[in-house]
Amino acid sequence: MLSLAILAAIAMMLAALALNLWRLVRGPSVLDRVLALDTMYVNAIALLVLLGVQRGSRLYFESALLIAMVGFVSTVALCKFVLRGNIIE
Amino acid sequence: MTGSLPFVAEAIVSALLLLGAAFALTGSLGLARLEDFYMRLHGPSKSTTLGVGGVLAGSALYFSVRQGEVSMPEILVTAFLFLTTPASAHLLAKAALHLRVPNVSGAPAAARERGRDETAAGAPARPGRDGRPAAPAAPPDVRPG
Repeated sequence: MLSLAILAAIAMMLAALALNLWRLVRGPSVLDRVLALDTMYVNAIALLVLLGVQRGSRLYFESALLIAMVGFVSTVALCKFVLRGNIIE
Repeated sequence: MTGSLPFVAEAIVSALLLLGAAFALTGSLGLARLEDFYMRLHGPSKSTTLGVGGVLAGSALYFSVRQGEVSMPEILVTAFLFLTTPASAHLLAKAALHLRVPNVSGAPAAARERGRDETAAGAPARPGRDGRPAAPAAPPDVRPG
């Protein structure tokens, strides 16, 4: 039961990532692309956690934590760049 | 592959994982399908965060039951995500208002000042905060779109 549920959840996360990628390619404004990238980070974290449960390994959580931190910092940097024109004033 | 768990724990973990993935898929669907940027901001910032929280809760329960001790990394990731997602959504909204990204009516959102909408729509002008009447209504052709 659990392996079937994990497979279904992985399929849903892949569909979500495909939708985010569509918005990333299509997005009319720069901020749509930034938002799509931010959502892709969050969905990638969920996908990594699902893979960790499937393989029964704890190693995936370190990369999930790293992706969470890098994703937040990059979103803030991109927003700052859009707002002010440079990142570190 | 997956180890052996008690049936109840396995059912709860499966339900949490499926529910979380469904919420994340809903958020991404909103990001792909809604009409303007301010609507699209809602899906990822609420639904996807809740979905990832559900997936992480299922994973934390799985490893906690299997190893007999509380598993910390998922709780760390969950706390970090729940702290940072509102901050990044706030920054994105601020940047969109700064860039005057058009909303669904075509008007730049920053052009809608306080009171201009209701006076232009024919509502009686309310007095301002200091007793004087509010600013006169803008002519209706000022609003773009």
